[in-house]
Amino acid sequence: MTAEQIIFLIVALFTLGSALMVVTTRNLIHAALWLVATLFGVAVIYALLNAGFMAVVQVVVYIGAIAILFIFAVMLTRKDLRDNTPQTNKNWWAGALIAVLTFAGLVFTLQGWSGFSKTASAVPLGFDAISQLGEQLTSPTAYVLPFEVASVLLLAALVGAVYVAFNKK
Amino acid sequence: MIPLSWYLILAAALFGIGLFGVLVRRNAVAILLGVELMLNAVNINLVAFWRYGDVTLMAGQVFAIIVFAVAAAEVSVGLALVISVYRRRNTVVADELDLLKW
Repeated sequence: MTAEQIIFLIVALFTLGSALMVVTTRNLIHAALWLVATLFGVAVIYALLNAGFMAVVQVVVYIGAIAILFIFAVMLTRKDLRDNTPQTNKNWWAGALIAVLTFAGLVFTLQGWSGFSKTASAVPLGFDAISQLGEQLTSPTAYVLPFEVASVLLLAALVGAVYVAFNKK
Repeated sequence: MIPLSWYLILAAALFGIGLFGVLVRRNAVAILLGVELMLNAVNINLVAFWRYGDVTLMAGQVFAIIVFAVAAAEVSVGLALVISVYRRRNTVVADELDLLKW
């Protein structure tokens, strides 16, 4: 077992453990902080996949913005559900069954695929993924249109969020 | 080298955990936390397929970046809705928001 595999296993166990804490812990602030841990583990996974830009964006956007937004929302709404009421609804066993079946179904389906256990080829010498990504995102022959549509979607969503959360009184 | 299967199994497990959170949690904010876990699982898959396919084709990473933008939009609108509902109904429990139920 190589060092890379050991690092992957440690990070994967950390990520899945903190993801389980996100969905099971009672205190929502703690759940949001466990989400930060999960997102950090996913950022390490991106780094293992040679996707440095994705790792940085994961830390900046997910941990820096989205997780903090969650903590804000918990603090603005946490008056109820803090103590004795159950955190899960009464059909939790059905939800667990569906989740386990989804996982088993995904793994079973993927196992029949020929590329399931292939290993990565080495990155070509002199290939710079980040500059390539930047060029493709702004090139009219590649992905500039989806990129701009995504930015318009983000703007519309933020305007809508301000409108929905605005106190009319 | 790490085989592709390890990443795919990790992503499937993360997706399953997120699905569990979405299905069983009663608090609306906790349901959105589960959605975030599912979106992250999808992103791991996209980046893993980019790395294990042709590295010079950037489509996998571009798609993952679009998912980032959509996730940010989703969570901002979702949390705004939760805050608005909390202000009007004084609850964030999903079972109690049954105005449209007949």
